[in-house]
Amino acid sequence: MRDVGPDPVFTTQDLRKVYDTGTRKVVALDGVDLKVYAAEFTVLLGPSGSGKSTLLNILGGLDRPTSGRVLFRDLDLTALDDRGLTEYRRRHVGFVFQFYNLVPSLTARENVQLVTDVSPDPMPADEALELVGLGERMDHFPAELSGGEQQRVAIARAIAKRPEVLLCDEPTGALDSHTGVQVLSVLDSINARLGTTTVVITHNAAIERMAHRVFHFSDGKVRESYTNPNRARPEEISW
Amino acid sequence: MPMPALWKKLVRDLARLWAQATAIALVLAAGIAILLTTFGMFRALDATRAAYYERNRFADVFASVRRAPMSIIPEIEGLDGVLAVEARVAGLATLDLPGRKRPAIGRIVSLPPGGTPRLNVPVVRAGRLPDPSGRDEVAVNSRFADANGFRPGDRFTANLNGRKRELLITGIVLSPEFIYAIGPGMLMPDNAGYGILWMPHREAAAAFDLSGAFNDLSVQLATGANPQDVIAALDRLLAPYGATGAHDRSRQLSNSFIEAELTQLKGSSMLLPPIFFAIAAFLVNMVMARLVTLERPQIGLLKAIGYTNREIALHYLMLAILVAVVGIIIGWAAGTWLARGLTRLYAQFFTFPFLIYAVPAGTYVVAAVLAVAAAAAGALRATLQAARLPPAVAMAPPAPPRFRRTLLEPVFRRLHVSQPMRMVLRGILRWPIRSTLTMLGYALAVAVLVATRFFYDSLDLLLDATFYQTNRQDVTLVLADALPETAALAEAQRLPGVLAVEGTRSTPVELVSGNRAKRLGIEARRPGATLSRVLDRDGRPVTPPKGGLLLTERVARQLGVGAGDTVEVRFLSGRREVHLVTVSGISRQFIGLGAFMDFDALHRVLREGARVTALHVSVDNRALDAFYRAVKDMPKVTAVLSLRESLRTFRDTIRKNVVIMNTVNLVIAFLITFGVAYNQARIQLSERSRELASLRILGFTRAEVSTILVGETLILVLVAQPFGWLIGSAIAEALARNSESDLYTIPAVLEPHTFAFASLVVILLAIFTVAIVRRRLDRLDLVTAMKTRE
Ligand SMILES: Nc1ncnc2c1ncn2[C@@H]1O[C@H](COP(=O)(O)OP(=O)(O)OP(=O)(O)O)[C@@H](O)[C@H]1O
Ligand SMILES: [Mg+2]
Repeated sequence: MRDVGPDPVFTTQDLRKVYDTGTRKVVALDGVDLKVYAAEFTVLLGPSGSGKSTLLNILGGLDRPTSGRVLFRDLDLTALDDRGLTEYRRRHVGFVFQFYNLVPSLTARENVQLVTDVSPDPMPADEALELVGLGERMDHFPAELSGGEQQRVAIARAIAKRPEVLLCDEPTGALDSHTGVQVLSVLDSINARLGTTTVVITHNAAIERMAHRVFHFSDGKVRESYTNPNRARPEEISW
Repeated sequence: MPMPALWKKLVRDLARLWAQATAIALVLAAGIAILLTTFGMFRALDATRAAYYERNRFADVFASVRRAPMSIIPEIEGLDGVLAVEARVAGLATLDLPGRKRPAIGRIVSLPPGGTPRLNVPVVRAGRLPDPSGRDEVAVNSRFADANGFRPGDRFTANLNGRKRELLITGIVLSPEFIYAIGPGMLMPDNAGYGILWMPHREAAAAFDLSGAFNDLSVQLATGANPQDVIAALDRLLAPYGATGAHDRSRQLSNSFIEAELTQLKGSSMLLPPIFFAIAAFLVNMVMARLVTLERPQIGLLKAIGYTNREIALHYLMLAILVAVVGIIIGWAAGTWLARGLTRLYAQFFTFPFLIYAVPAGTYVVAAVLAVAAAAAGALRATLQAARLPPAVAMAPPAPPRFRRTLLEPVFRRLHVSQPMRMVLRGILRWPIRSTLTMLGYALAVAVLVATRFFYDSLDLLLDATFYQTNRQDVTLVLADALPETAALAEAQRLPGVLAVEGTRSTPVELVSGNRAKRLGIEARRPGATLSRVLDRDGRPVTPPKGGLLLTERVARQLGVGAGDTVEVRFLSGRREVHLVTVSGISRQFIGLGAFMDFDALHRVLREGARVTALHVSVDNRALDAFYRAVKDMPKVTAVLSLRESLRTFRDTIRKNVVIMNTVNLVIAFLITFGVAYNQARIQLSERSRELASLRILGFTRAEVSTILVGETLILVLVAQPFGWLIGSAIAEALARNSESDLYTIPAVLEPHTFAFASLVVILLAIFTVAIVRRRLDRLDLVTAMKTRE
């Protein structure tokens, strides 16, 4: 087990996000204060509609809060304009999405290159794919890959830029238990080997056992947070 | 460095969309090719004409007089701004050509005593110019020679001012003065029936009793001289000699015809390519809008990764631009080839001695820039949409399009509209902009067809009005001079086969109203004339009232006058008096300009006895040959016009133009309809494939499901019809107004069958196109369609 440094990567202060759909207002985040620490594997849990994705999108610079502040280290994300957020995403963040979001007209390798083309200090696309165990399938198009393989390509794409943070929204949501475990091991080993701060959203409470730190969400608030003294290894998890 | 992944996506997207991309590229290519062709031809013709005029010293100002002594030439040469002067003898002669029954018309042009003219220098194609001291020698223009099979050494007979002469052709020439040779009273060139004869001055002068004198003047101006000043000075100087008014090149017949042709070419190069570019932009817009909607998750992903809005916008823009580049390459190649070929044809048609052909590089650049701009403009909306897409929204699976309850819902229920039909109608209302644009596309196709087809009816009206209502005579005899009416009529009556004769008096005038002026001939006939008549605006024959002037619509418009207004009539012959005359009415005449007065009234104003300048004759068909033989020997007749012949040449010439234009417009309408219908159906199919598959799974038949696909097209194409008719009528009116020149005008006649034809073509083609796409529906794989996440 690794030392948990007292070094916060993300700090949120009274974060609120209200969606105005015209007819009614939806409060997605209702005063969230939390810290995500460097090199930790953090899990966000909570029922559907509790605001997890909303938080992740704001942390990743895809969206802005209605009020409150988000700091990425010393960088105030809430103060950045569009261009600044783009730059922030480009330099620091890797995303993994529930539905993989691969570009269907590009091969696995090319999907990864999409990222390495614009990153300041990327690893070679091949290396990233080796890391997720897809060295053999680099020239396949997404349609020729299984769901788990596609998700691993998505992870390779996210880590290829050597991001400081890896944000994953239900990375195993569309996968069966066995494949899900494979994907989780990849995330875990990346976290361990590269020291990448990793935030994972999941509905699956079983996954919390492998986290350094867990936040429980409901109704746009953090209801509970704790650290795991004994992390489970991905292989020990099943659902 | 390897190709960036985003570029690979671009190339593969392009490959995937190849059918639509090719269609768009071809539309762009057509626009470019037409631009290069029309503009290339325009430039070639313009440059060739300019060089021809320059090299062969085409005069700047022209004047004709009855008879002026050679002794005034030094005075003319001394005028400010005059560089060179050529005084000639010109006249008309009836020609009797071997193997031709009908007399031909010859225009005699004298060559200076020195031999070679100083101005309007002919180019000798074969043989030589006549010997200045030779007898009965002429050079003829090459078209006349070609049409009649003449070569140097051949002979024909001419009736020169009453004396029959056998002339020897010594040479065949081209002249900048007669690039387009149109005889007096002719509507179109008649190469076999009208020839230019160059003749030594001494002989021509003798033939027309002009020894020591001239009746035709060409003037070359010094650079920077103002033609108007020179014209005014010439008019003053020549007034005592029976001048009808000097004029510049704009009223020189050959030049003004070429000018009209050039204007038309330039018009085509301005009008047609933009239509093609607009269609292309429209198609790009459709395809790109669809693409960006489809690729929302990918766009979101690119943003999440850190691609900037600009990079993403550029990515989609590049797709459109690549399509444009393909179009440009095809268009450049096709345009170069077409322009070269057509220009060569044109040069033959106009008989230039040489051809300067060069499409300026700038035209290629302009065409390319326009194509790229069109594609970019079409992509703009989608591109901005992609750039504006908030990254977070792009990541969420697209919410199902929000269908609103519309005002139509109660109507649906009342009318028991079927479920598939409701889906169609809601689909149309769901995307109002797209539906409107699609509808407008169909409307444009209909409009293009309406704007083409109307020409047929317009020509029918024009020909009917001109040849069956207005000019009902068989032959018009143009007289050398204004002859006493009674004697002239009596003489014509005695010709073989003559059924009826009517005399007409024409006299050159300048009509002035305020600061506008127009030169033309006032015509006068006896009231009750039945052969050559004047029609009012409704096509009924009218007789000019005693005290007034009837003006054709175009003349009235150009002068800015209407019935009841007064115009100043400046007579350009005889006593050259100026009178104020009231415009008593407006007449309709499609060919030529006209002003009409009562016969007696005109002669009172002229202070002359009744005289005629032309005779309209109705001839018994069986006696036509004898009639022509007799006319060939009449000394006072300088030209014999066969109206039937004019009708034929006019029809032939116009028909060729109309057929070309029709074909072009039909292609345009096809491209628009096909492009719009195909894209619309493809978009429908991809948007609704899940929906359609669900319906099939629920047990709907193929036919029922097809209704949904075909329904939207059918509704939009039907709604488009009235708009198409409206736009088409507007374009037709504009085209008709645009065709107006001093030579002719084409009326806008819009008949129901024109609209019906346009609608039928577009509706059938749209249905046919959707039917092609519909076949994909049969191949719709239900399982895959349900699995695809969208
Ligand atoms: N673009 C939006 N417009 C309006 N409301 C939204 C929007 N996005 C999210 N919401 C609402 O905000 C709330 C929080 O949504 P969020 O996606 O963060 O939930 P979640 O915890 O990720 O749920 P799930 O586990 O189902 O993904 C929900 O009530 C949702 O309906
Ligand atoms: Mg979520």
